[in-house]
Amino acid sequence: METKVLTKGFELDHLFRIGVYLDQGGYRAVKKALTEWKPEQVLDEVKKANLRGRGGAGFPAGLKWSFVPQKTDKAKYLCVNADEGEPGTFKDRYIMAHDPHLLIEGIILAAYAVGIHTAYIYIRGEYELIARRLEGAIGDAYAKGYLGKNILGVGFDLDLYVHRGAGAYICGEETGLLESLEGKRGNPRLKPPFPASVGLFQSPTVINNVETLANVPFIVLNGAAWFLERGSPKDGGTRIFGVSGAVNKPGIYELPVGTSLREIIFDHAGGLKPGRTLKAVIPGGMSSPVFKADEVDVKMDCDCVAAAGSMLGSGAIIVIDDRTPILDVLSKVAKFYAHESCGQCTPCRLGTSWIHKIVKRMAAGKGRADDVDGLIRLSANIKGRTLCPLGDAAALPVLAIAKKFKAELQTALKGSA
Amino acid sequence: MNREFTADLKKRIEEITARYPSRQAALLPVLHLVQSETGFLSAEEERAVASILGLPPIKVREVVTFYTMFTRKPLGRFHLQVCSNLSCSLADGERILRHLQAKLGIGAGETTPDGKYTLTEVECLGACEQAPCMMVNFDYHGNLDPEKVDRILEELK
Ligand SMILES: Cc1cc2nc3c(=O)[nH]c(=O)nc-3n(C[C@H](O)[C@H](O)[C@H](O)COP(=O)(O)O)c2cc1C
Ligand code: SF4
Ligand code: FES
Repeated sequence: METKVLTKGFELDHLFRIGVYLDQGGYRAVKKALTEWKPEQVLDEVKKANLRGRGGAGFPAGLKWSFVPQKTDKAKYLCVNADEGEPGTFKDRYIMAHDPHLLIEGIILAAYAVGIHTAYIYIRGEYELIARRLEGAIGDAYAKGYLGKNILGVGFDLDLYVHRGAGAYICGEETGLLESLEGKRGNPRLKPPFPASVGLFQSPTVINNVETLANVPFIVLNGAAWFLERGSPKDGGTRIFGVSGAVNKPGIYELPVGTSLREIIFDHAGGLKPGRTLKAVIPGGMSSPVFKADEVDVKMDCDCVAAAGSMLGSGAIIVIDDRTPILDVLSKVAKFYAHESCGQCTPCRLGTSWIHKIVKRMAAGKGRADDVDGLIRLSANIKGRTLCPLGDAAALPVLAIAKKFKAELQTALKGSA
Repeated sequence: MNREFTADLKKRIEEITARYPSRQAALLPVLHLVQSETGFLSAEEERAVASILGLPPIKVREVVTFYTMFTRKPLGRFHLQVCSNLSCSLADGERILRHLQAKLGIGAGETTPDGKYTLTEVECLGACEQAPCMMVNFDYHGNLDPEKVDRILEELK
């Protein structure tokens, strides 16, 4: 079975041009849904397809959409999360650069399903050139009548804008994103209320990742059964895995949800460089707890990776080889979260900076005998005690590294004593 | 002293604010726009942005200092942002930073005296498959080694 769905057209030149996209059958899903289906049918089909969020948390998209009240006198909003800040993640960049109209189509379908008339793509500031490409594509979609007033003459209106971030990882967290879009610091909000009822500008809001939305046109065209066939029963479709680190062929690999991690690393990404062996893998972006080399026979779907003690996250696989001291990996993790904590809550603000301080002294050869236990205690104390999930995202990888590689870290300490 | 934006800039700012139900929501895009015109955001620009969006100046200051892409001092003509996050460091990205420091004679966070280059160490740029990588202004460069970095700088002349 052909496994490429989203990335199938990526080899075509100029797919980002609306003419080429239309020649490939583009905007057929929008035509089908808007002219033949009621909004509820789109919602039902996406629900049945078990499309799980590709941004990090793996929440079912259809279910999320159904939480938005149908009848409300407020405007409703769709925010597309194109912040792509999770270290190791680069898949959304490919979708937006190669196939911006696929994303636009997914946005139109989601908006139609939920009854939304204004959508924003929140894109990380560094992707300036991609933001310009998106703006070009949006302009073309308006010109052809796929955006704006009375789309395809069916009386549905949708405005779509690109909104640039400005370099803050925390704005990828959905409520940090909302604050940022409102023109404030990206400090996450306390939940509940959830964005589905009180989101952007105090109004009901859907927030979805780029890749999540890019799947919707295929679900509308081919049906939920087709989509489920391509993935796991509770986690349909394919995923664009991004593989980086110590492999021969780093890059994106679109594969069925549930493909084994071992197969992705050794077959698709070409295995490790000559003379090197696998030491560890981060399976779903830097926030996901590490697997040791003997833990990679795991099916890459949300539930299986969670059952194995980590998370599928953004599907960003970072491969670490035997020559990399685990302390180096720990240093990067500790530095990143200490830098990116927004500082609103004490366990995260102080915890991440203490962790960073300990790891820095270990790396400088000045570690103390009980430092590894200190890291375990500190990260365990952050876990579950913070306002937003960044606290856990910072704590869990440190906890996993400190526990799974305790012996190596202890040896490093002795070497420095 | 108060800075006045040009008529053209004011018009573009109004185009941006029209996208949102609140003027404050236009703050990040407007700061990007102003910074692209002036090179950096001085206290004057902050005040002018605050006034045009109807915000207390402190709200603008809070935002400018929160986001790493906004700068309150001038940058070099070429802003070199070198990634030092995990995937890049697994590909020896530190070597790229060291090379640039030695070649330009400046540390990370500094600008060359002739105002040509600013060197910054940054977190993941979202291009880890091309590790190690850096950005020069808004252009991405990947699979770097010192020779390739030299060639890139050569072409910036
Ligand atoms: C600290 C932090 C950073 C995040 N960064 C991103 C991001 O860059 N892109 C993204 O799509 N989701 C990110 N998420 C997940 C979002 O909060 C949210 O779950 C997601 O955008 C929802 O879309 P989905 O259900 O389609 O995946 C992040 C979460 C946290 C806690
Ligand atoms: S957990 Fe960290 S990032 Fe999240 S709100 Fe608290 S301090 Fe900010
Ligand atoms: S780690 Fe360097 S671009 Fe992602």
